[in-house]
Amino acid sequence: MTQKKKIIEIKNLHASIDGKEILKGLTLTINAGEVHAIMGPNGAGKSTLASVLAGREEYEVTEGEVLFDGVNLLELSPEERAREGLFLAFQYPIEIPGVSNINFLRTALNEIREHKGETPISAKEFMALVREKSKIVELDAKLASRSVNEGFSGGEKKKNEIFQMAMLNPKLAILDETDSGLDIDALRIVANGVNKLRSDENAIMVITHYQRLLDYIVPDFVHVLYDGKIVKTGGKDLALELEEKGYDWIKHDLVNN
Amino acid sequence: MANYTEDDLAKDLEQQEYKFGFTTDIESDKIPKGLNEDIIRLISKKKEEPEWLLEYRLKAYRVWKNMVEPEWAHVEYEKPKFDEIIYYAAPKQKKKYESWDDVEPELKETMKKLGISMEEQKRLTGVAVDFVMDSVSVATSFKEKLKELGIIFCSFSEAVQEYPELVKEHLGTVVPMTDNFYAALNSAVFTDGSFCYIPKGVKCPMELSTYFRINESGTGQFERTLVVADEGSYVSYLEGCTAPQRDENQLHAAVVELIAKDNAEIKYSTVQNWYPGDKDGKGGVYNFVTKRGICERNAKISWTQVETGSAVTWKYPSCILKGDNSVGEFYSVAVTNNYQQADTGTKMIHLGKNTKSTIISKGISAGKSQNSYRGLVQVHASADHARNFSQCDSLLMTDKCGAHTFPYIECKNKTAKIEHEATTSKIGEDQIFYCLQRGISEEKAISMIVNGYCKEVLNQLPMEFAVEAQKLLTISLEGSVG
Ligand SMILES: Nc1ncnc2c1ncn2[C@@H]1O[C@H](COP(=O)(O)OP(=O)(O)OP(=O)(O)O)[C@@H](O)[C@H]1O
Ligand SMILES: [Mg+2]
Repeated sequence: MTQKKKIIEIKNLHASIDGKEILKGLTLTINAGEVHAIMGPNGAGKSTLASVLAGREEYEVTEGEVLFDGVNLLELSPEERAREGLFLAFQYPIEIPGVSNINFLRTALNEIREHKGETPISAKEFMALVREKSKIVELDAKLASRSVNEGFSGGEKKKNEIFQMAMLNPKLAILDETDSGLDIDALRIVANGVNKLRSDENAIMVITHYQRLLDYIVPDFVHVLYDGKIVKTGGKDLALELEEKGYDWIKHDLVNN
Repeated sequence: MANYTEDDLAKDLEQQEYKFGFTTDIESDKIPKGLNEDIIRLISKKKEEPEWLLEYRLKAYRVWKNMVEPEWAHVEYEKPKFDEIIYYAAPKQKKKYESWDDVEPELKETMKKLGISMEEQKRLTGVAVDFVMDSVSVATSFKEKLKELGIIFCSFSEAVQEYPELVKEHLGTVVPMTDNFYAALNSAVFTDGSFCYIPKGVKCPMELSTYFRINESGTGQFERTLVVADEGSYVSYLEGCTAPQRDENQLHAAVVELIAKDNAEIKYSTVQNWYPGDKDGKGGVYNFVTKRGICERNAKISWTQVETGSAVTWKYPSCILKGDNSVGEFYSVAVTNNYQQADTGTKMIHLGKNTKSTIISKGISAGKSQNSYRGLVQVHASADHARNFSQCDSLLMTDKCGAHTFPYIECKNKTAKIEHEATTSKIGEDQIFYCLQRGISEEKAISMIVNGYCKEVLNQLPMEFAVEAQKLLTISLEGSVG
């Protein structure tokens, strides 16, 4: 079997904020075509990992290396990372009053195209793309023309994140608790949307607390992040086990080892 | 218009040359600096003004002499030395730069960013251009169209010569010479400006822009503008230009008077981009303007302004809602950066019944600047069922700048309804990061966020002006987050 293409390779990543170390030697590789779930107790550092990968300035990387499709991710600015194909679906999507979703996305898409040496998308093509992709998450057409996330319900915000992901077609999408705040129907719709976006070319990192999302988005691997490190990795069954037993047994194992 | 040939153009240009041809004479026959009654007589004589206007100026001068410069605004600056000013200079048609190469690179760069064509850039910087085919012919065809409708749109000096009755009837009726220190000074020494009259029932079919008039007369230090919209007429008037305007005059004290008679509507939009001074706060224009309009029955005046320039701004476009059911609106974006100071806002004076006013003010402060909103809503006893809605938002780009709000409400009628909302927020790092994470550059992100923030105001501007104003906002805030 030929070796699969590595989308992201995180090696011994240490990161801190305000002098406090949050990530303490995290190692993880994600290949093209794979879905990895990251689980772990509150405060373990899951969102921190997402923020560090996306390039939030508040975090200082003190050690380690991250290769994104072969390039040194940590040397890139946040916008360069995005243009290279790293997408973060925010745990708490941000509102931008007065800026239409459409204008926002068109600007983003054109920046990415420019980065790839492509010409700006025409208004017609863009609108066709909006229509096509908004169907994936059953996003109300009206929301596309409203201001970015302003006055959106919690669920609509999350749908909008996945809609943006569909529009921008990233190599790696990091979904930070995209399932939180979704009702049962919306959860199914959003998860199915994500599944439609899975391909052999891209990869997805799903951060979640709940097994039920993984019923829909079936992961290839489940990792437990605890105290800034990946402490356990397994298949999709690990999520079931965690759901049943919680995290204590893992903490216990750690102490005993 | 029939064929406008190069000959016509040459003739037009020649006539302009003629108009300002006396520049050299005037310069040789220097006017001494400083201000006294003789100087005012000299100005009036040079302009061949009628006696009544000279009297008006002298009266204003005597009023001004007994006034003191106001100090209530939230601004600090070195007081202008009124004795050092030369109060009369020929309109500045002469070129400011000998050649395009002399124009400062920064200025060229900014204009490029604004998307101003090369020709236009040259014209705006005052570089002598051989043929400015476009703007001259546009201006000419434009004037002919207006003439057909009976609309008068000309320089103030021309109006004094050609339509003295109209000028005499309205001058100083909205902003009396006694109004304030700078209005009095302006009334004494104003050199030129614009005059506009829309006859009864005429809807002016195009935006009247001072832009088309730049060729005719340079914007002066003491500009005077008078817009009269007769019964049932409509006009949209644009003042200013988004291109950066350099001026050796430090003090600018303009007066603008708007008169909207019964059922008339005036929309007055301004983009102000005078030189704000350098990064350390050196230089820059002092902009002390008095702008006021009066509404008769069912009339409407709407002020929209985007203010990004000047070192010190002191400006309160106001509405006197005299007639019943009249409407006043004020939409403002004021941006200050580096060491700029702005104290701006509006006054809505409700006299008539069922009068209505709306105030939307967006202040954006960056660098070490100070940005104040000062507004007065005054409801007189006669103004039954008057209504006002005010919203004043401030956006801070850094920790070192300041935003201040001074709303004054005086209400003498119990049936009035007054609402005031105010917010202050810091530009969200989260918002910027969200944009960056989607691949959008920081510069574009700030521009998008700020323009979104000002949308309600920008939406009031005529389309073309709005696009330029958006670019201008972006440029004025470049590299300003911190
Ligand atoms: N500015 C800060 N200073 C100190 N500690 C911080 C700061 N910001 C975050 N932390 C801490 O970093 C730790 C990791 O937070 P993070 O948001 O990554 O957790 P998480 O795994 O995403 O949790 P959750 O499941 O609740 O979303 C937490 O203990 C949090 O309190
Ligand atoms: Mg989290």
